[in-house]
Amino acid sequence: MSLIDISGNLLFIAFFAYIIGTVFIAGSIKRNDGAASRAEKWGKIGIVIAIIGFISQLGYFITRWIYAGHAPVSNMFEFTTAFGMFLVGAFILIYFMYRVTVLGLVALPIAVLFISYATMFPTEVTPLVPSLQSNWLTIHVVTAAIGQSILAISAVAGLVYLLKEVDPKTSSRERFWLEAILYFCVVVIGFVLVTITFRGMGYEAQFTYVNNNGMESEIVYNMPALFGMNESELKTEGVMEPLVEMPAIINAKKLTTVVWSFLVGTILYLLYRFIVRRPICELLHPLVKKVNSHLVDEIGYRSVLIGFPVFTLGALVFAMIWAQEAWGRYWGWDPKEVWALITWLFYAAYLHLRLSKGWEGRKSAWLALIGFAIIIFNLVFVNLVIAGLHSYA
Amino acid sequence: MEKKKKRSIIRGIILGVLACAIIYTIYNTATKDTVEVLADGDTAPDFELVDLEGNTHRLSDYRGQGVFLNFWGTWCEPCKKEMPAMERQYQQFKDQGVHILAVNIAQSNFEVENFVEQYNLTFPVVIDKTKSVMQAYNVGKLPATYLITPEGKVKRVPPGELSEEQIQSLMESIKPE
Amino acid sequence: MEKISCVCGHENPFGTKICEKCGRPLSEEAKAQKVLDMRYDGTAIRSKTYNKSIIDKIWNFFSSVKVGVSLIIITLIASALGTIFPQEFYVQVATQEEKALYYKQNYGVFGELYYNLGLSDLYSSWWYQILVGLLGISIIVASLDRGLPLYKSLKNQRVKRHESFMKRQRIVAHGPVTEGDSSKTLDLIEEKMKNLRYKVRRDGNALLAEKNRFARSGPYINHLGLIIFLLGVMLRFLPGFHVDESMWIREGEVRAIPGMDGYFLENKQFILETYDNDPTRAQIEQGVAAIAKNYQTDVKLYKQAEGAVLGDTENMELVKEYSIRVNYPLKYDGYAIYQMDYRLNELKSMTFELTHKQSGESLGSMKIDLTNPEKEYVLGENTKVQILNYYPDFSGLKDGVPQTASQYPNNPAFVFKMMTPDKPEGEVSFVSIGASPIEAGENEYKMTFKGVETRNVSGLTIRKDVTIPILIIGGVIFLLGLAIGSYWNHRRLWVQQLEDGKIMLAAHTNKNWFSMKKDLDVVTEYAHLPQYIDQLEEKDEKDKEGDGAE
Repeated sequence: MSLIDISGNLLFIAFFAYIIGTVFIAGSIKRNDGAASRAEKWGKIGIVIAIIGFISQLGYFITRWIYAGHAPVSNMFEFTTAFGMFLVGAFILIYFMYRVTVLGLVALPIAVLFISYATMFPTEVTPLVPSLQSNWLTIHVVTAAIGQSILAISAVAGLVYLLKEVDPKTSSRERFWLEAILYFCVVVIGFVLVTITFRGMGYEAQFTYVNNNGMESEIVYNMPALFGMNESELKTEGVMEPLVEMPAIINAKKLTTVVWSFLVGTILYLLYRFIVRRPICELLHPLVKKVNSHLVDEIGYRSVLIGFPVFTLGALVFAMIWAQEAWGRYWGWDPKEVWALITWLFYAAYLHLRLSKGWEGRKSAWLALIGFAIIIFNLVFVNLVIAGLHSYA
Repeated sequence: MEKKKKRSIIRGIILGVLACAIIYTIYNTATKDTVEVLADGDTAPDFELVDLEGNTHRLSDYRGQGVFLNFWGTWCEPCKKEMPAMERQYQQFKDQGVHILAVNIAQSNFEVENFVEQYNLTFPVVIDKTKSVMQAYNVGKLPATYLITPEGKVKRVPPGELSEEQIQSLMESIKPE
Repeated sequence: MEKISCVCGHENPFGTKICEKCGRPLSEEAKAQKVLDMRYDGTAIRSKTYNKSIIDKIWNFFSSVKVGVSLIIITLIASALGTIFPQEFYVQVATQEEKALYYKQNYGVFGELYYNLGLSDLYSSWWYQILVGLLGISIIVASLDRGLPLYKSLKNQRVKRHESFMKRQRIVAHGPVTEGDSSKTLDLIEEKMKNLRYKVRRDGNALLAEKNRFARSGPYINHLGLIIFLLGVMLRFLPGFHVDESMWIREGEVRAIPGMDGYFLENKQFILETYDNDPTRAQIEQGVAAIAKNYQTDVKLYKQAEGAVLGDTENMELVKEYSIRVNYPLKYDGYAIYQMDYRLNELKSMTFELTHKQSGESLGSMKIDLTNPEKEYVLGENTKVQILNYYPDFSGLKDGVPQTASQYPNNPAFVFKMMTPDKPEGEVSFVSIGASPIEAGENEYKMTFKGVETRNVSGLTIRKDVTIPILIIGGVIFLLGLAIGSYWNHRRLWVQQLEDGKIMLAAHTNKNWFSMKKDLDVVTEYAHLPQYIDQLEEKDEKDKEGDGAE
C-alpha cells in the first residue's frame, strides 16, 4: 500500500471515529437520568474515540505531507479537511480544560460535515504553483486554521447554550433562527448526497457557452443542469437540457449545484418534519438540558480569548509576512485578506461588547454564531465565488 | 479652575494632532498619483554618457553654458520632427554658449548612427544604454526636453514636441550673461 | 468639580461608582446591584465626569465604547462592500473609461453602479481613511480615559474593604470555619495563596491576595501596538518612505534599477519550469495544461563605482549574484527585487542566407543581433551585405517610408544592400517578416530567412519600505498585549475575619471564573473556609425556580 493510500485510509478511520464518538457522547447524555456512572463511562468512551479519530487524522495529515512534499493545506479539499481536524483538536483541548463532553455533540458532527464537504472537491495531490512554495505560507495557513477552529468552538458553545436556553416549544424569533441554522446543516448534507449520487452515476453533461468577454468556452456539469450558461449548447446526448438560461455574469454551473443542494436539503428537512413532527431544536433540547449555562457561556468566551490571538497571528501577521516575501507588499486588499480582517474586526467587536457592554449569555452566543458564519463565508464563498489570489481548486 | 483649563488644553492638543494626521494622510493619498518630477530650480543631476565616437560627455563640463537636453528615440515620430529644427538652432547658438545634448534611450549604435547620418546632426548624441539618466530625469513620453542653466539648474519645459520658435526662445533663455 | 465623599471619609473623584478606599458602593446604580459591576474597578471614567466645553464633548464622543464598537462595525461593513466585485487595482486596464466599461461588461447594472459609487476603489477613498482614522482616535482616547484611572486605583488598593463591597461580589462566602481553630485561618490562607503564587497583603483582620495584576494592562498595551501600527501605515503615504517600481529586463541586458539609485541589474537568464505530472481533475476542470513550477530570473547586481556620476558604467562592482524566484526576492541594502511577470520568446537574432534566386546557390549566411546590428557583414571575398536601414518594430509604410512602432524587435524589417561578385555595385532589398521582399529593380540575389534566436523578458518589481520596522514593533506590541490580556487574568481574593471569628470572603477575576473557582476550592479545603457561592448562578437558579412555580 502506498503512502497516499494509507493517508486516505487514515482519514476514513477518522471520519468514522468522529461519527461513533458523537453517538457515544449522545448516549452518555441520554442515560444521565439512570445510572450516572455508566453515563460517565459512555462519555469517556466517546472522548477516547474522538481522540483516536484525531490521532488518525493527524496521521493522514502527516503521511499526505510526506507524500506530497508540502503541507496538505494547498487546495480546498486539503484545507477544509485540516479545518475539521483542528476543530476536533480544539474540542479536545477545551475538553481537558473544562471537562464538558456535551460540546462534542456539536463539534464532532461539524467536523464530519466539514470532511464530507471537503471530499466533494478534487482530492488528488496537486503540485504547488511558485507563489505557494513558501514556508511562511504553510505557517500562515496552519496557524490561521488553528485560530479559526478555536474560535469555532465558541460557536459550538454558543449553539449548545442556545439549544438549552431558547424554549423550543414556544415560537420566537430566536427559535426561528436557531432552527434556520440547523436547517442549513441539513442543506450541507443535501449537497453531499447530491454530489455523491450523481458522481456515483457518472453523470456528465458537456456544454459550450459564450462567456463575459464574448468568447466561446466549454464547461462540464456533473449534475443535471437546472440553469444553463449564457447561450449554452448541449454537447452530450441523452442528458437533461437546462431549464433556464442565465446571463453571462452568473455562473450557472455553481448556481445549479447550490439549487440542487437546497432542493435535496429541503426535501430531507421536510421529510424529517413529516416523520418526527417537531423542530430539530426541540429534538436536541433534552440532550443539553443538564448543561451548566454559565460554564458553557464562559467556555464560549474563553475560546474566543484563546483563539483571537492565534487567529491574529496566523491570519493577519503571518499572512502579512508571507505577502511581503512573495509580493513585496504586506497587504493587498485581496478579498480573502479583507475577509480575514472582517473576521478579526468582528471578534474585536465581540470582545468589546462583552467587556464593556456586558453582552453575555444569549447575545454573546448569537455573536459567536455570526462569527462562525463569517469564517465559513470566508472559507466557502470567498474561495468559490469571489476569486482572488487565494482561490484554491 | 486651573486644572480644568489644563485638561481642556491637553485634550484639545491630542485631538488636534490626530485630526491633522488624518487630514495629512488623506491629502497624501489624493496626491500620490502625481509623479514626482524634477522641479524648476533643482540642481540638474550630473551624468556622463558616451557618444558615437566614444567621447565621454559630462553634464557638469558644460557649467557656465546653457544646455538644451533632449531625450529621444528613433522610433519616436515627434523626435524626428524636432531634430532638423534643433540642428538649425544649434548652429545659431553654439557660439553663444548654448549647447545641445541629445540623449538616445538605449538603442543600438547602428540605429543611432544611421539616424544621425540621415539627419546630418552635428551636436553630440549620446546613448543612455542602461536608462539610468532617463530614470533620474524621470523621462516618460518622448521627446522630453530639459533646459540646464549655466548655473546647472533645471528649467522645466512642457512635455511633447517643440516648434522651432519654441526651441529658439528656450535656448535664448539659457544663454549665459 | 465636586468630589464625592464616602462614609469612610475618603474623597472620590466625581463619577466614581465604588469608593476607592473602602469599596462601599457610591452611585445609586451600584447600590442597587446585588453583584457589583466591577469594570474598571468602579473608577470614574474620565470622560463621563466632565461635559462642559466643545472639546470635552468631542473627547467624550470618542471615549465611548459604544462609539468604538460602532466604528468597528461600520469599518467591517465598508470593507465587505469592497469585496463584492474586484477592486480597480486588480483590473488590468489603463484608462478610466475602460475601467467603467469593464465593470459594466462583467457585472451589468450593479457593476456600473458599483463603479459610479466609487466602491471600486474603496480602500483608498477619503472616507475609508477617515473611518480608520476615527477608529484610531477612538482607541487612543478611550484607552487614556480608562487606563489611567484604573492604573491609579489598582495601585492604591486597600486591603480592607467594606462589607457592602464584599457582599456585592460575584463570589462570596460567609460563615464559621468548618474545622479547627479560627485564629490560624488567615495564616493558612496566606500560606496557601502564596503557594498558588498570589501576592498576599494583610491589614489587621483583613487579607488581600492578588495575582497577575499586569493582565489588566493587556488591552492598553495592545491598543498602543495598534496605534504604532497605524502610524506606520500612515507614514508609508509620505513621500520617500517607500519605493514601488517595476522594470522589464531582457536576457543579456544591463539596466539601471528604477528607484534604486546607483545600482544596475544584469539579466543572465529567465527560466520557466512546469511540472510534468499527469493532469489532475482540477486541472482538467479548469483547462490548465501544465502547472508552473518555477519562475526564475538569474541576475547579477552591480553597484556603481564610488563617486561615479549617473550613466557612468565603468568599473561597476558586482555585489551579488542571485536567482530571483517567486517567494525568494533578491534583498540588498533595504531593497527587495521580486519576480513578478515574464514574456517568453522575444526575438533576439535573425539568420539570413544570401542566395542566388535562380540557382538557389548560397553565398554564405549571417546572423544579425537585433539589439546591436552591424553596418556590414562580410560573407566572403567580394561578397558582403550592408544594412542600410533597420526597423525593429516595423509597422507599415507611411508616405513610402517604413515606420517602426517601438524600439523593441517585435517585427524586424531591414533594408539590405547585397554586394556579390556578380553585382559588385550591390542590390537593394527591403525584407520584412511574412512578406515578399520589396526590391528596387529585379534582383538576382535575395536574403533567405533561415532562423531566429529568442530571449525572454523578466518583469521585476523593486520595493523598499522604510516603515516596516515600525509595523513590526507595532505588531509585536499588539500581540504581546493581546497575549497578556487574553492568557492571564487578574484574580483577587478579599478575606476578613469578623469579631465573632466568622470568615467573610469575596473573590473577583476579570476573566476566567472557572480557574478562579479552582483556586478557591483549593484554599477553601486547606483553610477550612465556609463554602463560597456564585451569586450569579444562584440568581439564575432562583429565577428558574420562580418560573417553575408559576
